[in-house]
Amino acid sequence: MRNTKYENIALRHKAVEKRGENAFLAFMSGGFMGMIAEGIIEFLIFQFHMSRVDAATFMIVIFIFFASLFTALGFFDKLVQKYKCGLLIPITGFAHSMISCCLDYKREGPIYGMGSNMFKLAGSVILYGVVSAWFFGMIRFLIGGVG
Amino acid sequence: MYLFYSFLFCGFICMISQIILDNSKLTPGHITSMLVVVGAFLDSFSIYDQIIKIVGGGAQLPITSFGHSLIHGALAKAETSGFMGIFMGMFDLTATGISAAIIFSFIFTLIFKPRN
Repeated sequence: MRNTKYENIALRHKAVEKRGENAFLAFMSGGFMGMIAEGIIEFLIFQFHMSRVDAATFMIVIFIFFASLFTALGFFDKLVQKYKCGLLIPITGFAHSMISCCLDYKREGPIYGMGSNMFKLAGSVILYGVVSAWFFGMIRFLIGGVG
Repeated sequence: MYLFYSFLFCGFICMISQIILDNSKLTPGHITSMLVVVGAFLDSFSIYDQIIKIVGGGAQLPITSFGHSLIHGALAKAETSGFMGIFMGMFDLTATGISAAIIFSFIFTLIFKPRN
């Protein structure tokens, strides 16, 4: 008897995973980020007469700047908990992982704290990116017709 | 029209990764690494370039674009320098993102204190 009672209570307090809502929130927030990115690019082209490639580079720097500023100010973490992949998959997630590792280990000193822990999470992205780019680049190069 | 396509494409990638995150035991680190590999794979035959042409900025924001610019720079350099170009041009286009992330996170870490 006690067991069923306990199970009922445990079931009541179990965290409910709202998968559909999570996916919808990620779609909306991610799409909104993409729209802002395109808006920034078009604004830069219109206002400063940049080429599209330059404007895209500028846009990425702006996004990284604001992501690291908001993480340092402390409220980006709350946004990430709410919107999850909507903010982690754009380039903001890359900047967020770097600065949050850097801030966490600040008290261990500039070399063994900040320096060696900065790429803790972002390192995997760079490693697999470079290895896969080299691998696929080699295949493309060997098959022939680079360009 | 670019704005609408950007919304759809960027939102679509985020939604897929959220669904993978919810229905498996993978962490966000796994998913970002996977997406970088997917981006590099798509650009090995210039598919991602076509996507950027259609979608615009929305395709350059997600982390798939990181893999795309890695291999794009490598292949562009390989055209002029041959085999060694793959090593030389790897970071040509992504250097902005990586150095901006390093510099800003260093400066902000010096200025601000950790919150929790």
